[in-house]
Amino acid sequence: MQTIDLSETGLRAMNKALHAQAADTNQTAWEIVNPKGAHAIACGLDAPIEVTVKGSTGYYCGGMNQQATVNIHGSAGPGTGENIMSGKIVIEGDASQYLGATGHGGLIVVKGNASSRCGISMKGVNIVVQGSVGHMSAFMGQSGNLVVCGDAGDALGDSCYEARFFVRGTVKSLGADCEKKEMRPEHIAILQGLLEEAGIDADPSEFTRYGSARTLYNFDVDNAGAY
Amino acid sequence: MCGIVGLFLKDKSLEPHLGEMLTSMLITMTDRGPDSAGIAIYGRESNGRSKMTVQAADPDHAFAGLEKTLSDALGAKVAIAVKSTHAILDIPAGATQQVRDALQQINPDIRLMSRGDSLEIYKEVGLPKDVAEQFDLAKMSGTHGIGHTRMATESAVTTMGAHPFNTGDDQCLVHNGSLSNHNSLRRKLRREGIHIETENDTEVGAAYLTWQMQNGATLGEALESSLDDLDGFFTFVVGTKDGFGVVRDPIACKPAVMAETEQYVAFGSEYRALVDLPGIENARVWEPEPATVYFWSHNAIPTSSEKAA
Repeated sequence: MQTIDLSETGLRAMNKALHAQAADTNQTAWEIVNPKGAHAIACGLDAPIEVTVKGSTGYYCGGMNQQATVNIHGSAGPGTGENIMSGKIVIEGDASQYLGATGHGGLIVVKGNASSRCGISMKGVNIVVQGSVGHMSAFMGQSGNLVVCGDAGDALGDSCYEARFFVRGTVKSLGADCEKKEMRPEHIAILQGLLEEAGIDADPSEFTRYGSARTLYNFDVDNAGAY
Repeated sequence: MCGIVGLFLKDKSLEPHLGEMLTSMLITMTDRGPDSAGIAIYGRESNGRSKMTVQAADPDHAFAGLEKTLSDALGAKVAIAVKSTHAILDIPAGATQQVRDALQQINPDIRLMSRGDSLEIYKEVGLPKDVAEQFDLAKMSGTHGIGHTRMATESAVTTMGAHPFNTGDDQCLVHNGSLSNHNSLRRKLRREGIHIETENDTEVGAAYLTWQMQNGATLGEALESSLDDLDGFFTFVVGTKDGFGVVRDPIACKPAVMAETEQYVAFGSEYRALVDLPGIENARVWEPEPATVYFWSHNAIPTSSEKAA
């Protein structure tokens, strides 16, 4: 286990050390102490390493992640896991706004709640939230799955494309062109897999699926007056 | 950007350290606002007296002999404590308007920063650490206070464009965001007779609250109606004699984190601003909900009221 004290090492040197790890590195376990809400911790990783941050983080922790696993033993600031490509981010506390924005792949797990715009413009990332998510979550979601074990705030899935949303609790309101969908066996299977991967014990049959009604995909002449 | 910090003490033993704690929080928010900084601090009231904070670009000249000139003009004792470019005027209770009028006669270049019984506002252009040093903020004690670091977007970097803005007796406002209808609202408020000095958007927000309250609204009601009448992005923190309030616009793009323990309630634009507070590891940390007005008061239990977006 390699331990980096962020208050002594500094952000750039810490990220440089993590970036220096090659695909076949034998230093696979890293611990970062004294994060104190700093920005851009463990950003741009691209190696199969596991980084554990002991405390709360600021903006963009684990952003652009590939391959690596980033554990946050605290709460995470805005834009955590932004544009994640692969790998895994696990947040023990709450996540601030736009968690996993534009993420292309990988998995983000939140043990607490996630704030507004969770999974905005998601493009393939899977996000599993044990608590609730805030307003405008999965806005313009294109691909991937957002699983919410609690409730969703206003305007879930506004203007979404083919991303899937599974919510166990209530949805305060659905966004434009987002609708309730039938939960077929293949969806139960997808959800089951995601919950297992996230290590969350929840019954998939209690969830409701939401997704795009696909009415905004093409220009409709009846809407011409709106422009 | 811009950074906001706020601290409301429940534990009286921390009161001598309020300035020190707020200063450290403020300096942490330098990245969010290096242009100017300001702090509003609520100390103990001086018995039966009011106070005003005033500012002058040339304090040596402007404040020299002011104590006597003002006392003579009012026919009552006025005491002045100069702190760099600012001065605290200790005036008879209820004499605020008379002092304003007198100052206008004596030297119109002296500008009013704050008025009330316990509020003092210090703000200047420059890095937060330099502003804090200039006014020795770390040595100040008090029951609660709010601070702001500004990254100017829509108007000039000046002392009068710095936050906090005084909105009424013992009331002030800081803002992170930008208001988009401030020009039309400024025209409207000026027609209503409200004094607005600069082209700054937040000053319009502050003037709006002043106007609402002059028309009988409580601060809570004024904040709720701001959600209807102000267009743009905002996280506001307002200071009052008894505590502070927080409101975010319905979109809530501008960040806000709060922490509460047995000893205090703290506000920060980022968690970073809160990390050095005592017992933060075990504090309840959360983000205030959009379009919801929160208040913490030394005289009442905390409240929050949601306003439909």
